Amino acid sequence: MTPTACTINVTVNGHPHVAEVEPRRLLVDFLREDLGLAGTHIGCEHGVCGTCTVLLNGASIRSCITFAVQADGAEISTVEGLARGGEMHPLQDEFSEKQGLQCGYCTPGMLMRACEILAENPDPTPAEVRSAIASNLCRCTGYQFITEAVIGAAARMRATKEVAS
Amino acid sequence: MTTVDRADAAPPVRDQSAKRRWVGQSIRRVEDPKFLLGRGGYIADRITPGTLHAAVLRSPHAHARIVRIEASRAKAAPGVHAVITGPEAAELCNPMPDFGPDPARHTWRCLAADKVRYVGEGVAVVVADSRYLAEDALELIEVEYEPLPPVTDPVRALADDAPLVHEALESNCAYERTFDFGDVDRDFAEAEVIVRDRLRWHRSGGQPLETVGAIAEYDLGTGSFTIDTNTLSFTSYLFMAANTLKVAANKLDIRPVPAGGSFGSKLFANKPAVIAAMCARETGRKVAYLEDRVDNISNCDHHGSDRIYEVELAMMRDGTMRSIKIDVIDDYGAYIQFGVGHHGNALAQVVGPYTIGSVRYQVQAALTNKNQQGAYRGFGSEVNNWMLEQMVDKAARELGLDPVAVRRKNFIREFPHFIPTGNVYDSGDYDRVLDKALELADYSHWRTEQERLREEEGRYIGIGLISAQERSVFSATEFWFWFDEPGAPVTSTPESVSLKVDATGGITAILYSCAFWGNSPETMVAQFVAEEFDCSPYDVSIVYHGSRDGLPATGPGGSRTTVMLAGAVEGAAGKIKAKARRAAAHLLEIDPDDVEWSDGGFHVKGDPERKKSLAEIAIALHLFKHSFPADMESGLDESKVFDHPYTTMPSADRKDLGVFYPFMGHACHVPVVEVDIETGAVTFLHYAAVHDCGTLVNPRSLAGHIVGGTAQGIGTALYEEFVYDDDGQLLSSSFLDYLIPTATEVPELTIGHVETPSPYTPHGVKGGGEGGRMMAPAAINVAVNDALYPLGVRLTELPMTPERILSALRAAGPIGGRAG
Ligand code: FES
Ligand code: FES
Repeated sequence: MTPTACTINVTVNGHPHVAEVEPRRLLVDFLREDLGLAGTHIGCEHGVCGTCTVLLNGASIRSCITFAVQADGAEISTVEGLARGGEMHPLQDEFSEKQGLQCGYCTPGMLMRACEILAENPDPTPAEVRSAIASNLCRCTGYQFITEAVIGAAARMRATKEVAS
Repeated sequence: MTTVDRADAAPPVRDQSAKRRWVGQSIRRVEDPKFLLGRGGYIADRITPGTLHAAVLRSPHAHARIVRIEASRAKAAPGVHAVITGPEAAELCNPMPDFGPDPARHTWRCLAADKVRYVGEGVAVVVADSRYLAEDALELIEVEYEPLPPVTDPVRALADDAPLVHEALESNCAYERTFDFGDVDRDFAEAEVIVRDRLRWHRSGGQPLETVGAIAEYDLGTGSFTIDTNTLSFTSYLFMAANTLKVAANKLDIRPVPAGGSFGSKLFANKPAVIAAMCARETGRKVAYLEDRVDNISNCDHHGSDRIYEVELAMMRDGTMRSIKIDVIDDYGAYIQFGVGHHGNALAQVVGPYTIGSVRYQVQAALTNKNQQGAYRGFGSEVNNWMLEQMVDKAARELGLDPVAVRRKNFIREFPHFIPTGNVYDSGDYDRVLDKALELADYSHWRTEQERLREEEGRYIGIGLISAQERSVFSATEFWFWFDEPGAPVTSTPESVSLKVDATGGITAILYSCAFWGNSPETMVAQFVAEEFDCSPYDVSIVYHGSRDGLPATGPGGSRTTVMLAGAVEGAAGKIKAKARRAAAHLLEIDPDDVEWSDGGFHVKGDPERKKSLAEIAIALHLFKHSFPADMESGLDESKVFDHPYTTMPSADRKDLGVFYPFMGHACHVPVVEVDIETGAVTFLHYAAVHDCGTLVNPRSLAGHIVGGTAQGIGTALYEEFVYDDDGQLLSSSFLDYLIPTATEVPELTIGHVETPSPYTPHGVKGGGEGGRMMAPAAINVAVNDALYPLGVRLTELPMTPERILSALRAAGPIGGRAG
C-alpha cells in the first residue's frame, strides 16, 4: 500500500519549496534526497546522536525522527545555508582554525546546534557550551576543540555585532 | 631464546636534525572546508537518482538452523526488484575473505546460509526502489528457524559439552597456543613476590557515526564491478573479495570515498560491498547498501576485544619486575576473520615500558554466538596496556611502594631495545614523559587534596597514573607467526603515493587506499609535499584512486598511515627531484652534480641567482621534450610504493617473533577522578596526558587524536559495552543503550608532547592515531581503584558502570564500617 502524498510548503535556507511527500517520509530524507541537501547526515535514526540536527523556525530538531509533513509552513536552516557568498560563517571558520572536526560527519549537526546556542547566549562559558552540545555526539574529537571553536566564534560574532551597532 | 639476526636487519639510522618548515606546524587541515560546507561527499551523499536500495533481514535468534525462507510475498511487494535469501547468496557468492585459522572449518558468508550464529546476522536482502519499500518488504519474508542452544560465555564455550558454533570445527576453540619468551621458569623461581589477578575486559567497538556503506554497479558488457565505498584497505588482498564475488581480480574496482569515522571498524570491511555488488549483478542496476545503526551495532564484524585474563607478575621486593605469565581467553564471537592478530599487537609491547626479562603468553580464542571481533583503535594492545598497568598498580600496593617509583625503577632507558618477544622499541625517553605528566597533572597537589577531601569532606578522589606504550606501523608477519606452518607467510604491507607535477608546477598527490577515516592523511601528505618542494600545503591537490589499476595500499590501521605516507612521499619526491635536477642542469648548461635544491628550485652551487624553479623545469619537461637528451621522457610524475621500513622474520621455533611493530610511541596519562560511593558515578576533576609519537607533524591534529581517543577510552572504561544476555540477545543495540560519552562526560585534557624522533622513519615520525584509547582505560581504572582503596575495593572489570562499582562496594562491606 503506497500512502497518499501530501503537499507541503517549506522554506529551506531562505528558498521556498512546494513538494509532494509521503506522510511517512522523514524530514532528513526529504532534505537529502528530494532537495539534494546532503550536508545533513544520518547517524542513528533513533533520535539519539544529533547528527541530523537542523533548525526548524530557529530551534534545533532531529530531522531523523521528524516527518517532512511536520515541517509544512516552517523555515528550515541547514549547514548549506551557513556560508554566505563564498565566505564561511564564523562558526565554520573557527571549527577549521581550532580543528573542531576530524571525520566531519557530526559537524553539520554540531554547527547548527552551535548556531542555536549562540543565538540564545552570545557569550557562553566553556562549561555552558559543553553542557549545551551534550545533545550531539561526536565520536572523533572528544569535544575539546569543538568547545574552543564555539567560544572563539562567539567572540568573533560579538565583535562583529559591536562594529555593526 | 632463539634469536634472529638483529644488527644486520635494522635500517640505516637517519640524521633527524634537519630544519623543517612545514612538518611540525599546526596548520589548518586541508580536508576541512568541504566538510564544513556540508559537501563532504560521504558514501550516502553519492546515491544518484535511479539507484536501488538494499535492506538486510537480520536474525532474531542467537543460534538457530534456518529451516525454510519464504520470500514470495516480499518479491511481489511494491517497488521490489529482488530478494536474495542466504541459501541463494551462498550460490551467488563464495565465502567472505577470512584471515582466520582454518577458515574452511568456520565458513563465513555475506548472509547466513544454513544456520544463524548470532542475533543480527543477515539472512536475506531485499532490493527495492527506496529504502522505505525495501524495509516494508523485509516484513513479508517468513523465516522458519529451528532454535539451537546458544553459548555466549567464552569459558563455557570452551567446555567439552558446549553447543558448537561451527560443527565442522568440532570445538569452539579456534586457536590455542602458549608462547615462552625468555626463561620464565627461572625468573619466577628467583622472584620474591608473585602478584596475581584475574581481570575482565568486556567488548566495546568503534561505532563511528557513519556506518559502512557501498554503492555497486555491474557492467554486463565488460563483466566488471565498480564499487564506491567508505572502506578500502589491503588492496593487494582484494583478489579475495573478487573471489567472493566470483570475478577475476581485475574485474573489481573498489573506489574509496571519505569515511565518517572508523576507529578500526572500517578495516577490510567488505561485507556491505559484497552484498551491494551481489544485488547489482542480480538486478542489473546500481544498488546502494548502507547499514543502519542496528545493522552496524549488531552485524558490523568489528566488535572489540572481549578478554578474561589470569596474570602472574614476578617481582622482587624492591619493585624490580622480573617476568610475567599471561593466560588470556578472548571471546571472538561467531567468526574469526583476522585470526588472533589482536594478540600480536599485545605481544609487540607486552612488557610495556619496563625491563621485564621474560614472558609466558597463553592465548585461547573462543567462538561464541556473538557478532565477531574486528578492529577497534588499539587492536588488542590497549587491552594489554590495561592489564599490565593494573598488575603494576597492584604490585605497588602489595609491596607498599610508590606507584611512580615502581614505574621509574623498571623503565627501559637504552634504545634500540629488543623486548623478550623479539620486537624492537626504536627510541623513547620514558622519564621525560613521566616528568612532564606529573608536572602538567599537578600531581603532588592532587595527592594532598586527595587526603584532605577524604578526611574533611568524606569524598573519594583517585589519581590514576599509567605509563604505557603505543606501537606503530605493523608489518605482515604478525598475521602468521602464530603457526609453525603458516598457510601464507606474507611480508608486504606497503603504502603508495604518486606525485604529479603539472606543466605549471602545480603538484597533485594520489593516494591509493581509503586513507581518510577522520584522521588527516591529506594534511599529512600536503605538509610532507610542502616540506619537499617548498610550496604551500594548500596548493597541493590530493586525489584518491581505485583499487583495480591503483598501486598497492594497506590503508589506515595500527597507527601506520602518517609514517607510511611520509615514506611514500619522500620516495616519490626523491624521484621527481632526480629528474628535475637533470632537467635543471640541462637548462642551466651545467653538470647535475653542480646544482642543488633550495627554495622551490635548483640553482647552481655557489650562485643562487642562476636558478630554475620547479615550475620552469616542469613546463620544459611537459612541453619541450626535444630540448632534452633523448632518454628523458615528457612529463614529471613519479610513484613510490613504500614498504614496511623495518621487519625481521620470526625464528622457526617462535621463541623470537622478530621485529614487527618497531616505531614505539609512549604516553603517560594522569586522570584525577571522584567516585560517588552513593551512586557509583565517576567524574573527572583533572586529566593530564603526555604523548611521545616521535617528531610531530601537526601538533594540533595529534592533540585531536589524543583527546578523541581518550574520550573513547572513557567510554571503554566507564560506559560502553555490547551486552549479550544468556540467550544471546544483544541488549545494547542502539545509542540509547550503547553509551557513547557526550561533552559532559569528557573532561578538558591538559596535553603535553615529548618528541624522541624515530631513528628509522622520515623526519622521525611515529604513529599516534590510537594513543588516547590505548592509555585512558588503564589510567581511569587505576584512578578509580586509587579512590576506593581506603574502602578495600578494587575494580577488575571494565566498563566500571555505576552498577559494577556499587556491587563492588557492597561486597566490601557495609558503608558505616568503612574507614575514611
Ligand atoms: S541521526 Fe538523528 S539523532 Fe541520530
Ligand atoms: S568529527 Fe567525526 S563524529 Fe565528530
